[in-house]
Amino acid sequence: MAEMKTAAYICSGCGLGDKLDIAQLGKIAQKEGKMALVREHDFLCNTEGVQMIRDDIEKEGVTHICIAACSRRAKTEAFHFPAVAMTRANLREGVIWVVAEGSEHDEVRQEMADDYVRMGCAELKKVKLPEGNPNRTQLKSIMVVGGGMSGLTAAFEAAESGYQVILVEKQAQLGGWANKLWKRVPYKAPYAEPQDTGVAKLAAKVSSHPLIKVHLNSTIAETSGAPGRFAVKIAQESGAVTEAAVGAIVQATGFTNYDIAKLPELGGGQANVVDQAGLEALAQAANGGALKRADGKEIKSVVFLQCAGQRDDTAKHLPYCSGHCCATSIKQAMYFKDANPEVNAVVVYQDLRVPGMGEDFYRSAQHKGVIFAKGKASGVEPTGNGCKVNYRDMILDADATLEADLVVLATGQVPSAGVNLDIWDTVVREADGGSEAAKQQKSELQKISVLNLNYRQGPDMPQFKYGFADSHFICFPYETRRTGIYAAGPVRRPMDMLQATEDATGAALKAIQAVENASLGRAAHPRSGDLSYPIVRLEGCTQCKRCTVECPFGAIDEDERRFPVFNEQRCRRCGTCMGACPVRVISFENYSVDTVGNQIKAVEIPDEFSEKPRVLILACENDAYPALDMAGLSRIVYSAFVRIIPVRCLGSVNTIWITDALNSGYDGVMMMGCKKGDDYQCHFVKGSELANYRMSKIGDTLTQMGLEPERVSSFEVAITDNARVAGFINEFVAQLVKMGPSPMKGFG
Amino acid sequence: MNDLNQQAAAHYGKNFLKEVEDRVEDGEWVKMCMQCGVCAGSCPLGPHWEHSPQKIFRMIMAGKRDEVLSSDSMWMCTSCYNCIVRCPRKLPITHIMHGLAHYAHKLNIAPKGQPTREVARLFWNSLVQTGRVNELKFSLAVYFKDGFVRGIKNALAMQGIGLKLMKAKRLNPMEILGGHKCKDAGGIKKMLAKAKEIEDRRQGFSS
Amino acid sequence: MVKKNYAFYPGCSSQKGASASNFVTSINMVCDKLGIQLNEIPDWNCCSASIGYGEGGLLPRLVLNARNLALAEQHLPGQDLVSGCPACWLSTREAAEKLHEVDGLMAETNEALKEAGLNFKGTVRARHMVEVLVEDIGFEGMKKPVVKPLEGMKIAGYVGCQTNRPFGIDGESFENPQYLDKMIEIVGAEPASGYEQKVTCCGGALAFSEPEKSQKQIRDIVESAYDHGAEMIVTPCQLCQANVEVYQSEINKKKGTKLAMPVVYYSQLMTVAYGGNPKDAGLDGHVIQPERLRQIAERKK
Repeated sequence: MAEMKTAAYICSGCGLGDKLDIAQLGKIAQKEGKMALVREHDFLCNTEGVQMIRDDIEKEGVTHICIAACSRRAKTEAFHFPAVAMTRANLREGVIWVVAEGSEHDEVRQEMADDYVRMGCAELKKVKLPEGNPNRTQLKSIMVVGGGMSGLTAAFEAAESGYQVILVEKQAQLGGWANKLWKRVPYKAPYAEPQDTGVAKLAAKVSSHPLIKVHLNSTIAETSGAPGRFAVKIAQESGAVTEAAVGAIVQATGFTNYDIAKLPELGGGQANVVDQAGLEALAQAANGGALKRADGKEIKSVVFLQCAGQRDDTAKHLPYCSGHCCATSIKQAMYFKDANPEVNAVVVYQDLRVPGMGEDFYRSAQHKGVIFAKGKASGVEPTGNGCKVNYRDMILDADATLEADLVVLATGQVPSAGVNLDIWDTVVREADGGSEAAKQQKSELQKISVLNLNYRQGPDMPQFKYGFADSHFICFPYETRRTGIYAAGPVRRPMDMLQATEDATGAALKAIQAVENASLGRAAHPRSGDLSYPIVRLEGCTQCKRCTVECPFGAIDEDERRFPVFNEQRCRRCGTCMGACPVRVISFENYSVDTVGNQIKAVEIPDEFSEKPRVLILACENDAYPALDMAGLSRIVYSAFVRIIPVRCLGSVNTIWITDALNSGYDGVMMMGCKKGDDYQCHFVKGSELANYRMSKIGDTLTQMGLEPERVSSFEVAITDNARVAGFINEFVAQLVKMGPSPMKGFG
Repeated sequence: MNDLNQQAAAHYGKNFLKEVEDRVEDGEWVKMCMQCGVCAGSCPLGPHWEHSPQKIFRMIMAGKRDEVLSSDSMWMCTSCYNCIVRCPRKLPITHIMHGLAHYAHKLNIAPKGQPTREVARLFWNSLVQTGRVNELKFSLAVYFKDGFVRGIKNALAMQGIGLKLMKAKRLNPMEILGGHKCKDAGGIKKMLAKAKEIEDRRQGFSS
Repeated sequence: MVKKNYAFYPGCSSQKGASASNFVTSINMVCDKLGIQLNEIPDWNCCSASIGYGEGGLLPRLVLNARNLALAEQHLPGQDLVSGCPACWLSTREAAEKLHEVDGLMAETNEALKEAGLNFKGTVRARHMVEVLVEDIGFEGMKKPVVKPLEGMKIAGYVGCQTNRPFGIDGESFENPQYLDKMIEIVGAEPASGYEQKVTCCGGALAFSEPEKSQKQIRDIVESAYDHGAEMIVTPCQLCQANVEVYQSEINKKKGTKLAMPVVYYSQLMTVAYGGNPKDAGLDGHVIQPERLRQIAERKK
């Protein structure tokens, strides 16, 4: 690239010219910001203004531009100059819309704007135009693991979109659980009758699809690489191993039924007690006729017990609801009523939960004469030729019994997500320490692993609650914490077949997104299309392993010498590694310790007698920064003493920024990020949690500096918190004013 | 057990729900109850029901025949229709309660001397005589339903009201001598007898 | 003025000398002023009300109502059947709808009707007097004949049950219908706002059989009217009117209360507002005298 030539553009539109001294801002950009070119415009985002910038880029050779106008989140289409590096000074949402009206605030308002121009120019000098990850491939095939309803759907949808698919199924035939069903619940109006599963048809379409290669009786022996360059070893039952290269992976490994042997109190183990899968087998055998027990007796009465070993608060069984089982029992009760309306079919439930259009299906079963009894079963006893169900009738508030030829236990879904990485970590540590038992256990775990990833952080995807694959259930449901690997179906949360097929379609699209972005050297998601990527200066690395351990996405492996190996295609560009690195050798071209550090230093700190405190706000750009912008949009006033810097994620905040800020005389630092914990909203899963952890350690440093620990504080801010965030700021500033100016002032 | 009741119990065995579906007004709706309890909470006389409509429905499904039919509960219905308009499953609850009460009365296992049962019987008898209800005769019948002595007491207790109503020209003492009636009272009587006969035949009563 | 014709079904309580005879007196003047012609159905019979079910089965009760419908169809063709009594309206409308909805019922009904020499084709619609006023005349139309607004009166609009449920008037809410309050406003009085007993049950036919329980309901209905500053209760229902007015003295006797809240029909308010004298408005038919209303009715202008 040619030599850096900087330019600053200062807009006076949207009322900026009325509220601010634009000429002074220009002077600052020129004298302090050292911009080679400074231009003012009264409507920068209009055609003329944009053309002016384009002309400078083309004719004047401008390579770096700072736009001092509105928020970086506004007018992104007008201010789209892909050939140059750019920073934005937020004078509209960040200054004139949030500083109180009136001439008595003119001074602080102008100071705030002055600082943002200084910061924009200072940042500009440290940013480079990202060029994209040079390691890119054109490998766009997708591997689907699991040939059940979810896997078949994912494979078919990806292939229909034009992508090569490799489908790996453990069993000898495709179809999974759906194969074992007599019928499925209806997907369409009038939601009244059980329907054919359609799995045979789908399996046939998949088997004969020219873009799909099916591997039956096969498992994954090893997976290495990253999006666009996964190398997979597919092991056949026979022992033969096929190697394949794929661009992305969909894991649709489904679930197993909770084992009814663990429910002896509900008759698990008795001859005339089955689970829902057992009932499907009887229905398949009956082939539409009267259902018979294993001993050949025609079933004249059947009782379904819902929530068997589920929603359990005794910690003995599954604590969660599997969602599908009420509709499944309704469907199964219809098998009986449809074959013979005289059969007595009773469903004992605590809360009948039928999501979607299931209420209509429930009504249909009532029409058919299925009896629903709100109650809780306490035991199932064998009788001479059947079972006796003891239950508490929750409507009549009385103990009651039901006699039945057969009892069906509606047990829950247990995910087949592979190895629990928390256990893996412990076992590996002990095995590395020489424990023979741990070594043995490690090889056992490898056997149950689904993907056998050779990643630094373990062989499968991280799990969330109850062994389900971690995925952001609200915002990014199919994204796991392994980029390029997507979970679909009951492996990520309990669900029914319709939900699983929708899930599989979503996961296939995510896989396509990943291979396409990888082929262009861009980030997959959520910063989809981001051309920056982590660059490490290994000369300075001390092999402390923080980055390899803390990366929420397992993107960083280690080489034999324990240096970090960055797999850029796995990286989400959150910068958590950058925030973790104690020697600050990790950076992005347009986001680094220096780009933020320079902004912090650019702010002019008034002296301790000015009564003008300065507060640094590091705001997550995903939720907190938009919330601050929206506070401006709603004209919610907050203190003009704050200076806000957007960060990719609080996980990327390096503690050096905090100590630098305090050393240079800032009175306080606010960190604003997403909700952490079990119901996290962090777009990078662990970023806000890690930041919180790191900040918990900073107290000692502050005390050593002679500062009150309260000067640094973290806040959870959701995107809807525009009013709340202003409250946080004003309270924090008021608290600092009470505390008095930082003793560090003047030493910076 | 009386004849009609014995026959019904024998015919339907344990399947009380089927019996209700066949023989009780709107009985085919009972199975559609989803046990939410809105009816129970909406009834103005709710606290006086031994078993709320919600429970009655559950009891029918659980085959508790005698407990339902001999219950005083359905006779608490004031016909306010609150349960009907609030039922999320649109069960015609009021009608089902009327139907159950009528069926229990017909089988003669409804509680003996249940006041609403008696009033209902007297009301019907009054209307069958002339085609219209004679308020005075009906009222007197109500007061004397428990026998002559009790009747005098009831009538004395209410005589103030009666006198006031007479004064307001809203209770006509001359009604005792005949009063309003339909011209075709005879046709109405025959028509009602025929209707009962058809309904009995449809419901499998052998009379 | 071309009059609107309706087949009128008065019902037992509206007969001369019966409990709701003052309703008929007052509605006559209202209809006269609004161009409504009520043609009494010849030889109509009792609807069986909401108490006939005990002895009468479903079919006998349907047949009773079908007889009135058939008489209207035959003698007053093309006219809607209109009743002023909610119980009559409810029974008739339920029958008219059920005969169409349930297979075989129409045939069975006609088999029985034959015994009384009648046949019902199913063409008659059953409506309530208030429906006719609200839907066919409209609030503006009801306002036109007002010559003596009932200024200064605060009245609790007590809708009760069967005018309101299960069918309701003009698609209004079952929980808080507004039409009665609007009618109170139209005659120049002030509706007691927030009157929370508006749609509470008075006990209905159980006033006879379960006096304690229904008097508890009635007491709540009357006391709430007092609490909301009302001096009178107005209702569209015959049984509500009788129960709520007549049993106040009983409650006073048993509970030591001093309830004396007049209870009138909307038609009585309208008749007075339309310039009718106390006799036109049937004000002589009360146990608890609506004094203020009488004063207005007696006033020359």
